[in-house]
Amino acid sequence: MTDEMSTRKINSFQKQKNKQEMQRMVVSFALMIIFTLIAFALVMLEVPSTYVIPIILLLAFVQVGFQFFYFMHLKDKGHEVPSQIIYGGVFITVMVALTFTVITWW
Amino acid sequence: MSHDHSIDPKNMPKDPSKATTEGKHKFMGLWIFLGGETVLFACLFGTYLALRNSNAGGPTTQELYGLGLVFLMTVLLLTSSLTSVYAIYHMKNNDFKKMQLWMGITALLGIGFLACEIYEFAHYIHGYGFTFRSSAFGSAFYALVGFHGGHVAFGLSWIITLMVRNAKRGLDLYNAPKFNTFALYWHFIDVVWVFIFTVVYLMGMVS
Repeated sequence: MTDEMSTRKINSFQKQKNKQEMQRMVVSFALMIIFTLIAFALVMLEVPSTYVIPIILLLAFVQVGFQFFYFMHLKDKGHEVPSQIIYGGVFITVMVALTFTVITWW
Repeated sequence: MSHDHSIDPKNMPKDPSKATTEGKHKFMGLWIFLGGETVLFACLFGTYLALRNSNAGGPTTQELYGLGLVFLMTVLLLTSSLTSVYAIYHMKNNDFKKMQLWMGITALLGIGFLACEIYEFAHYIHGYGFTFRSSAFGSAFYALVGFHGGHVAFGLSWIITLMVRNAKRGLDLYNAPKFNTFALYWHFIDVVWVFIFTVVYLMGMVS
């Protein structure tokens, strides 16, 4: 009861803003599901590995971008330092993955 | 408590999780932690990429993996990421009951994910005799996927504790940052899973 009351008292402009943001979140979720479906479908249809591996890796990076920038708000103001931390982490991940792939290539 | 952390609904802060200095510090601290987690998982992914074909005569990735279960797990975890966004949406609208409801749904989806993973591991061990000690591939696989599953288990105990502890308190500026840091952590778990299903399972099926 008291919760209902307090919810109604919130500034309606701010509430509208929150609602718009939530709609964007649902759209990015739908896109993430679509990317997942494409990735699984490509593998199930047995597309040649030369094409399928770069495509599914690209899809994974785009999906993770949605997760970071929308769900985790990295696109918003006040997220400059967290963004730098994550860019650094992604850089190290790519370097490590490349290193370990290359040393076991043959 | 020396400070009053209750929320004035008429003057609701834009983001209750960052309205106090402590909340801001929790937010930054969690991101620094996630930076460390990225490097940790980078090492596990690198190890897996190097050892995934060293199966010592045991089952190969193509013989072992089944895409149906992995797809189900992906949908469960991806949806739980969205439900925690809903929970934070209701937090910003000062609606504690709905926030608890959506956090509860998040936890249930997480439990579903973990149950699938336990089933998967049991299936590999009993159906194929594929264990942590079978081969270098076995060690690398269970270290990477098991570490992620351990993170899910930790996240579940985190949110369930938070929900029970604050059930009668309602939302205030002291516990809002705690719920928010959990949501960020949970999204990160999903980020790691996106790479696991791509690099481990999908790439394991094509190579």
